[in-house]
Amino acid sequence: MPIDYGDTAWVLISSALVLFMTPGLALFYGGMVRAKHILAMLMQNFFAMGLVAVLWAVVMYSLAFGDAGNEGFIGNFDHVFMRDVTGAVTGTIPTPVFFAFQLTFAIITPALMTGAIADRMRFSAWAWLLGLWSILVYAPVAHWVFAGGWLADRGALDFAGGTVVHVNAGAGALAAILVLGRRRGWPQTPMPPHSLPLTLLGTGILWFGWFGFNAGSALAANEVAGIAFTNTFLAASAGMLGWLVVERVKSGHPTTLGAASGAVAGLVAITPCAGFVTGMAPIYIGAIAGAVCFLAVSLKFRFNYDDSLDVIGVHLVGGIIGSVLLGLFADVAANDAGKDGVFFGGGWELFGEQVLAVVATAVYSFVVTYVICVVLKNVLPGGIRASEEEEATGLDLTQHSEVGYSFAER
Amino acid sequence: MKLVTAIIKPFKLDDVKSALQDHGVQGMTITEVQGFGRQRGHTEVYRGAEYTIDFVPKVKIEVLADDGDALTVAEKIVEASRTGKIGDGKVWVVSVDNVVRIRTGEAGADAL
Repeated sequence: MPIDYGDTAWVLISSALVLFMTPGLALFYGGMVRAKHILAMLMQNFFAMGLVAVLWAVVMYSLAFGDAGNEGFIGNFDHVFMRDVTGAVTGTIPTPVFFAFQLTFAIITPALMTGAIADRMRFSAWAWLLGLWSILVYAPVAHWVFAGGWLADRGALDFAGGTVVHVNAGAGALAAILVLGRRRGWPQTPMPPHSLPLTLLGTGILWFGWFGFNAGSALAANEVAGIAFTNTFLAASAGMLGWLVVERVKSGHPTTLGAASGAVAGLVAITPCAGFVTGMAPIYIGAIAGAVCFLAVSLKFRFNYDDSLDVIGVHLVGGIIGSVLLGLFADVAANDAGKDGVFFGGGWELFGEQVLAVVATAVYSFVVTYVICVVLKNVLPGGIRASEEEEATGLDLTQHSEVGYSFAER
Repeated sequence: MKLVTAIIKPFKLDDVKSALQDHGVQGMTITEVQGFGRQRGHTEVYRGAEYTIDFVPKVKIEVLADDGDALTVAEKIVEASRTGKIGDGKVWVVSVDNVVRIRTGEAGADAL
């Protein structure tokens, strides 16, 4: 197909929008940690924009998108070291644009996990986990779904990454914290957020960037992109309301952190659905995700795992909700390339494929992440965990020789 | 000479400052502090999880006063900062051996 300039322009803009989500995520999480760990949280996210981009050019892009449409488990090595990227065309956009757009997804997906491992992983251990996870988990799963791999071939739908991004990162986060252990003192010692204004600012940036994430995933400036854009908008709003209503009833106050969390839960859930549903569906999907994710974040206290900033409660659960609800709400009226779900006369076939895609992604990510973390724990000279003193002093000073806030003149 | 120290609710600081200025107090030092008394702490809720915060924010005021004036200063603070609800704080008075104004070297009561 010839290059379409409108499509190209939109995907270029979307790539910048999605890249901006990673610093937004860093602030979203950074506000929720204690002040002595703020820089470590920002750095774990920011560093992904460095390491993952280089790995993407060297090998990851080829493993994810090489031999696209092979109905298989992984790509190939045809495009390692940027081979045959320049000059090629993907759909209606130049391949280097497609490369950059997909790279921004590869960056934010492992970055999502930093919220679970907050305040206790050594930085060098995170660097290893980030690199290995990107190559061994993200690249193959992206191939399964985004590059005509086995899940896409079976008929599972995932518009912008409900499974590839959110279920994938959420399951990986769960495995990582089971190996890493709880923060010292959790849950007896209160560890409240140190700056919710940062969290709210981060939420705004995420919401803004998510338009590129979802509407950009149309890979064209067309009707489907427009539908995805509006669906994204409505799901975030409904997610906020869903969370706040349940929160108000269950714990008495509507909170700013609840508004932020609900909006993100709605955005997570609409991600797989964005270009495949229409009408009021995004509002139902967002509201369900907001309400259910509020309930899901308390699971960590019942089962005693320290998912510090609720990556499992929001991203794993929200990703599952969106991916599975797509089996009900999908509507070809939104997108010729989509399918009809249960509510639109499509029967239960799509629903079954959605459940399979969620289970396959979650199991693969959990198992491989668990193995990576156990290996790193035993191989790295300092292990993966910060010492008791480092954790008490703060990762900012002990990992980076900096402090986030300096009020006294010195 | 006496040092009058008071721990008060932060929102009462302006009232106390005005009352002391009206009384003729020339200076004071204030510090943002945290602590608890019979009020204990308060509860914060994040994502449905309740956290008990033991130390609540308070303001500490320190005023140097003449022996004859110290109790009146303490009374002014008490009047201006009282709400009648739990958590109003405390005021205490201790003796001071010496005070020096750094700029002039004046010492004792002259330095107040």
